[in-house]
Amino acid sequence: MKLQEYVGKELLRRAGVPVPAGEVAETPEQAEEIARRLGPVAVKAQVLVGGRGKAGGIKVASSPEEAHIAAQQILGMDLKGLTVTKVLVEQQVKIVREYYAGITLDRSQHCFILMLSSLGGVDIEEVAAQHPEAIIRTWIDPAYGLRGYQIRRAVFAADFDRAALRDLSAIIAGLYRAMLATDAMLAEINPLAVTESGSAMAADAKFDIDDSALYRHPDLARFKTESISDPVERRASELGVPYVKLEGNIGVIGNGAGLVMMTLDIIKQVGGQPANFLDIGGGARAEVVRRAIEVVLLDPKVEGIVMNIFGGITRGDEVAKGLLEAASTMDIRVPIAIRLAGTREAEGRALLKDSAFTPESDVAAATLAVMAQIRGRSGAAVGGNG
Amino acid sequence: MAILVDEKTRVAVQGITGREGSFHTRQMKAFGTQVVAGVTPGKGGTGADGVPVFDTLEEAVQATSANTSVIFVPGPAAGDAIMEAAAAGIPLIVAISEHIPVHDVAAAYRFVREQGSRLIGPNCPGLVSSGKCKVGIMPNQLFKEGTVGIVSRSGTLTYEMVDELTRHGIGQSTTLGIGGDPLIGTSFAEALKLFDADPGTDVIVLIGEIGGTDEEEAAEYIGSRDGKPVIGFISGRTAPPGKRMGHAGAIITGGVGGPQHKVEAFEAVGVPVANTIQEIGDRVAAVLGARVR
Repeated sequence: MKLQEYVGKELLRRAGVPVPAGEVAETPEQAEEIARRLGPVAVKAQVLVGGRGKAGGIKVASSPEEAHIAAQQILGMDLKGLTVTKVLVEQQVKIVREYYAGITLDRSQHCFILMLSSLGGVDIEEVAAQHPEAIIRTWIDPAYGLRGYQIRRAVFAADFDRAALRDLSAIIAGLYRAMLATDAMLAEINPLAVTESGSAMAADAKFDIDDSALYRHPDLARFKTESISDPVERRASELGVPYVKLEGNIGVIGNGAGLVMMTLDIIKQVGGQPANFLDIGGGARAEVVRRAIEVVLLDPKVEGIVMNIFGGITRGDEVAKGLLEAASTMDIRVPIAIRLAGTREAEGRALLKDSAFTPESDVAAATLAVMAQIRGRSGAAVGGNG
Repeated sequence: MAILVDEKTRVAVQGITGREGSFHTRQMKAFGTQVVAGVTPGKGGTGADGVPVFDTLEEAVQATSANTSVIFVPGPAAGDAIMEAAAAGIPLIVAISEHIPVHDVAAAYRFVREQGSRLIGPNCPGLVSSGKCKVGIMPNQLFKEGTVGIVSRSGTLTYEMVDELTRHGIGQSTTLGIGGDPLIGTSFAEALKLFDADPGTDVIVLIGEIGGTDEEEAAEYIGSRDGKPVIGFISGRTAPPGKRMGHAGAIITGGVGGPQHKVEAFEAVGVPVANTIQEIGDRVAAVLGARVR
């Protein structure tokens, strides 16, 4: 779960990391009022996309009136498909140097890693690609945590401003505490700013919290809904359905993450465009199937559905019964083709005969069947998207 | 022959009285696995499906000489269960549980290594040595004894792979699910080393997916050794970056974990990457057929 900048900065502040004074506004009037107290400000769109500045989502204002106008321009703005509903109104700081500090999971080393770079203010992935030597990496032993000597060594190696070493080291220690305290998979300060006055502060904050650990962070769990920008994904999350929105018109339902990913691949291979990823998991009961179909059909672009079920522990005939029950309680108006295989496949297929679900031998055949039916419905006027 | 589990495996089930734990204990016993003990704190001295239940794993190991544990406890308690198993001296720990906080897994993994144990998973279906032993949740009826080793990050795809092989009369030595989480105890490369050392395995199927660099590290290992033929597969080849595809670990972030790099890494070391499960089956059959001749 990714957190907005204003939440991230609050987490840093609680861990003792200095951040610019600022407050959140949802109206231009609020922004004006905040600016009246803070003086010259930056008005920053709170959306979970990169490159806000370039897209016009960050504006500076030297007076409360300018802050009003800036907030008016940014609130309601469409930033890469997301509507801005909140701005962070923040005291301007005169930055003389920008660094990068981030802690994330190193999957192959089985531990978290601190990364520092003197090339801050730009995407760390760009730095990694173009100047890999400019990133100082420090692996964190989970038994001992990130120690002071490691931070000092990293700060020297990264060639950070010697005059601000103490401040910078304290910020990195605070970043680590904030990451631990929130079960973050990623905690990042970019830019880590040295100001005109020689002090250091976090000018931005990015946190990605481990969803599996949200149960021990009820204060953060309430941001879950706001972290999901797509309305269908948001509804699926509320229903507890693992769903990812994609761009196409063929809804996809399957059991098992790997199996569903493979299904998407095959659909594309035969010229179809999948509309989503949806995993109903093991032991598909009628209710689970019904909810899955309901979620897929929330996307208005969906014109047909391909289901891919491999009966392992689950029996094919039980899955088929679940599908039929689901279909009988719903008004399904799009073609559905299903590839049903594995345990008790024949019994399952027999049950599905004469139903709304067309059993097919494999995913490619199911996809082609659905695509043909979509074409048949929309008539010759609409071309294929293959 | 097989890797990791066989007739000598003595399994203790952590979380044996839970819904999943009790169901899969019965399934494992039906497969022929020696399930010698169960652990549920507070229920020591009772029994579950004919298996003695203990309060702690330490007691279970002392009383039954269990040498493998399988973990079904819910995610919030599972990191601790892994550490309990390592502390009890269990050499092979199989964590089926999903949604274990990653920070918990990092600490548990560190401890497991220190104790000299091996962790499989978490968020995995476990492993099966055909005709010998099953530890985990894979469907009993799919397996047939043979010489194909399978290692996979996905559960259902693995079942489908085994089914495809068995229906064509091709058996498996050991089928190993390593798990779909971003942080797992046993990597593809480690599994390949085990299969390379197993005289009962002739060909290896590796089912990877997007996310991380485990497939690339496996390719590096394959390129460094003169071992058994490997046939690869990558699911999620059309997945967009930045989206978590079901598995917590199946995500392309910061240019890392994309499918093309994985496919290229395999092809560079002579590992063919199949497009479908059926194609893997055909390739396995071809390799085995060539060996017979």
